Amino acid sequence: MLLEVRDLHVEFHTRDGVAKAVNGVDYSVNAGETLAVLGESGSGKSVTAQAVMGILDIPPGKITQGEILFQGQDLLKLKEEERRKIRGAKMAMVFQDALSSLNPVVSVGDQLGEMFQVHKGMSRKDSRAKAVELMDRVRIPAAKERVGQYPHQFSGGMRQRIMIAMALALEPELIIADEPTTALDVTVQAQVMDLLAELQRELNMGLILITHDLGVVADVADKIAVMYAGRIVERAPVHEIYKAPAHPYTKGLLESIPRLDQKGQELYAIKGLPPNLLAIPPGCAFNPRCPLARDRCRTDVPPLYDVTESPVKRASACHFWKECLHG
Amino acid sequence: MPEPEPFEPLESYGEEGRAIASTGAGGASDLATAEAETLEKNLGGPEGAGPDKKARSLWSDAWHDLRRNPVFIISGLVILFLVIISIWPQLIASGDPLDCDLSKAQEGSQPGHPFGFNGQGCDVYTRTVYGARTSVTVGVLATVGVAILGGILGGLAGFFGGAWDGFLSRITDVFFAIPVVLGGLVLLSVVTSSTVWPVIGFMVLLGWPQLSRIARGSVITAKQNDYVQAARALGASNSRMLLRHITPNAIAPVIVVATIALGTYISLEATLSYLGVGLKPPTVSWGIDISSASQYIRNAPHMLLWPAGALAITVLAFIMLGDAVRDALDPKLR
Amino acid sequence: MGRYVIRRLLQMIPVFFGATLLIFLMVNVMGDPIAGLCGDRQCDPATAAQLEKEFGLDKPLWQQYLTYMGNVFTGDFGTAFNGQPVTELMASAFPVTIRLTIVAIFFEILIGISLGVVTGLKRGRPVDTTVLLLTLVVLSVPTFVTGLLIQLLLGVKWGWIKPAVSPEAPFSELIVPGLVLASVSLAYVTRLTRTSIAENKRADYVRTAVAKGLPRRRVISRHLLRNSLIPVVTFIGADIGALMGGAIVTERIFNIHGVGYQLYQGIVRQNTQTVVGFVTILVLIFLLANLLVDLLYAVLDPRIRYA
Repeated sequence: MLLEVRDLHVEFHTRDGVAKAVNGVDYSVNAGETLAVLGESGSGKSVTAQAVMGILDIPPGKITQGEILFQGQDLLKLKEEERRKIRGAKMAMVFQDALSSLNPVVSVGDQLGEMFQVHKGMSRKDSRAKAVELMDRVRIPAAKERVGQYPHQFSGGMRQRIMIAMALALEPELIIADEPTTALDVTVQAQVMDLLAELQRELNMGLILITHDLGVVADVADKIAVMYAGRIVERAPVHEIYKAPAHPYTKGLLESIPRLDQKGQELYAIKGLPPNLLAIPPGCAFNPRCPLARDRCRTDVPPLYDVTESPVKRASACHFWKECLHG
Repeated sequence: MPEPEPFEPLESYGEEGRAIASTGAGGASDLATAEAETLEKNLGGPEGAGPDKKARSLWSDAWHDLRRNPVFIISGLVILFLVIISIWPQLIASGDPLDCDLSKAQEGSQPGHPFGFNGQGCDVYTRTVYGARTSVTVGVLATVGVAILGGILGGLAGFFGGAWDGFLSRITDVFFAIPVVLGGLVLLSVVTSSTVWPVIGFMVLLGWPQLSRIARGSVITAKQNDYVQAARALGASNSRMLLRHITPNAIAPVIVVATIALGTYISLEATLSYLGVGLKPPTVSWGIDISSASQYIRNAPHMLLWPAGALAITVLAFIMLGDAVRDALDPKLR
Repeated sequence: MGRYVIRRLLQMIPVFFGATLLIFLMVNVMGDPIAGLCGDRQCDPATAAQLEKEFGLDKPLWQQYLTYMGNVFTGDFGTAFNGQPVTELMASAFPVTIRLTIVAIFFEILIGISLGVVTGLKRGRPVDTTVLLLTLVVLSVPTFVTGLLIQLLLGVKWGWIKPAVSPEAPFSELIVPGLVLASVSLAYVTRLTRTSIAENKRADYVRTAVAKGLPRRRVISRHLLRNSLIPVVTFIGADIGALMGGAIVTERIFNIHGVGYQLYQGIVRQNTQTVVGFVTILVLIFLLANLLVDLLYAVLDPRIRYA
């Protein structure tokens, strides 16, 4: 197993109280595998990723419980300096908004080359050559001429390619992509996603794809973890989930995708608002918005039930998963 | 490869940098200006919920924060106290600030005269209490004048743009190029009146460009909000737009800067008095007392320390009040 | 870039003439320019009339302004109250004030930026609170009071420095006066740097730099500082002009014979030529400093450079 997150809990201490952002998340990724983490904003999907990368703001953030095993080693037990050496070199991250995530006053060549200078001790000149190589690799035209340019001189799609190039620079084992295509035009989204998937295959990397876009997931992911209020509510191979979701929340998400064959019908929407992390409802956090909710859901927190019915393993955190799966 | 997306924030970025860069000669309240730029920028916030809702929740959120902020409470109480003794100095000082006895000149603290006597043998405590009125009057009136003149001129320039805006920007540049203290020396050196009016008039004359620049920027930011654009599309009249939609959202940075500037005007009055062109006796003011005490500083520093201390606390209270309000209003710092 | 500089240069021209005209008008309000020319005595009417004609004071104000500016462009700044050409006074006064300003700017950069970086990074910690309080104290005490107290303590009570600066005003004697002159700006620089650092600290590109596995030092020096210092550097650049104009108070306290001293003399003696001449140069320095800031800004921020 390349990465295994076990029972991770993260809290944020704010002026208004303690926000429980992540409440016991388990997931894992193998080399060459793509895990899609799905959820609304505030579901804890990005916070989990930041905890894995070790870039959580501490304070106000705090990891209260859990393990993050990377190649068998618990990252949370490492010293900051040891973790730093892993960051960027063995695991890397692609952020959502490349314009703000790239330094506006440093040329892209320097920002790419920096990876080689810091982690490999290369000279400025050699690292510049490496930067050009990387830009070629993510198919930025005229890389040699553009290596000295600044982020604002590139288009949105090109900037995201630079982000990807930066993450790939040292050929890490794991890439975490946090909504890598959300900020892009629809036409560019597919190109960038394809590029990412292709490079992943080539380098046999594990990929954690954080997204709220089910359309993206279907094409590239191997398995899916759906998060809600800091917990995983459903975990399954991608095709199983599309066929028959085992959690009412996943079901709601799938039904809210516009489909051509349902043209003219009213689009489904999950009622209610995402939970307030300062006051997560007792019982199942989804109960106030759930069409299947009954008394038990308001008192008992559902564990992640093993709902395997076919050869492929899957899990759902719904007391009434059977109803959901078959109803 | 052609770049289809223009880099949008460029122009605004440049202008903002200019504004910070050019506040130099404004002297006293540059910092406020520079910091208000951020506030201005941040208040233009991403979510334009709706004009009234946004403005109201901004202020009520701020008030919610302020009531719990010790800095705000303390500075507010200090200012309240100052205002009260400015109106009724006899509440805490029974003497007459002009009742002096030369035989007691420069004497130190003694019963009934805790702060001692000044160079003319006047009671320092009484004069310090009575000095509050002049200093507060100068500060408040100069600020009100500057805020009204600068706010209106800058606000209109920001709202209408065009030639008038360009002209006003050059005029403010001209004023920024003249060091404030120097302007005071030149203009006030011929004044013989002992009232506070020439000093206030001078402060308004040289101070308005600072506020006008803030108001201009703040109106431009507010104007770009979606709901203001929507109101315009719905055919709201200019005056309605300005009064109902823009002013409530644009006024925050103006108030913050004006509050901080108030303190600096009080300080400026003292500096002008030290240079011999500020207020003149028989007016009682901290500036006059500090500057006359400065001649005796080696032998009787107490004469300087009391009024200077009172002045510093007053200025500090206004700066902290402005700071607290700015922090409360700045959504980014939450 | 070229267009940017040219635009700034063009904008400077009306500001220069506006500011000099403004000061010209102000000085004319100031009083009778003839009175100062006869020294301490009262001018007799005949001499006064003759002098008026000689200096063109019988002409309308706008003509006087044009004549004056014409002379200035040929290097003739007129005569000071003691019969010396104003340019001679300038030659002795400006080097002193420039030295004083250099000392002040040095302190702003060294102390202001360091304190700002430390407090910005440690926002809310005891260091931050302490420094913030100190800056508030500096901001709330008028510079002349700070100056007088420092002079009293360091110069008179403890004898560490000479209370008055000698006429030559070497750098070594200008350290304390320079610090006094810088004090208010220094507090601004500290606070501005602090705000800027604290704000940029949460920027996405800083998070990226951390995610790249860069050492903390490098994240701060290469990514955080470069962006945060842009507004600070521009503030300091613009402050050059303000410091030179504001040196009048510091120079009076420490008896420094610089620009402020000469201006003060000019105003007291109602010598319009001295006042207008010195202020014209100060305005010019202010404008040039601002132009420098604009250029610096473009150098520091590629988004401006490639506009």
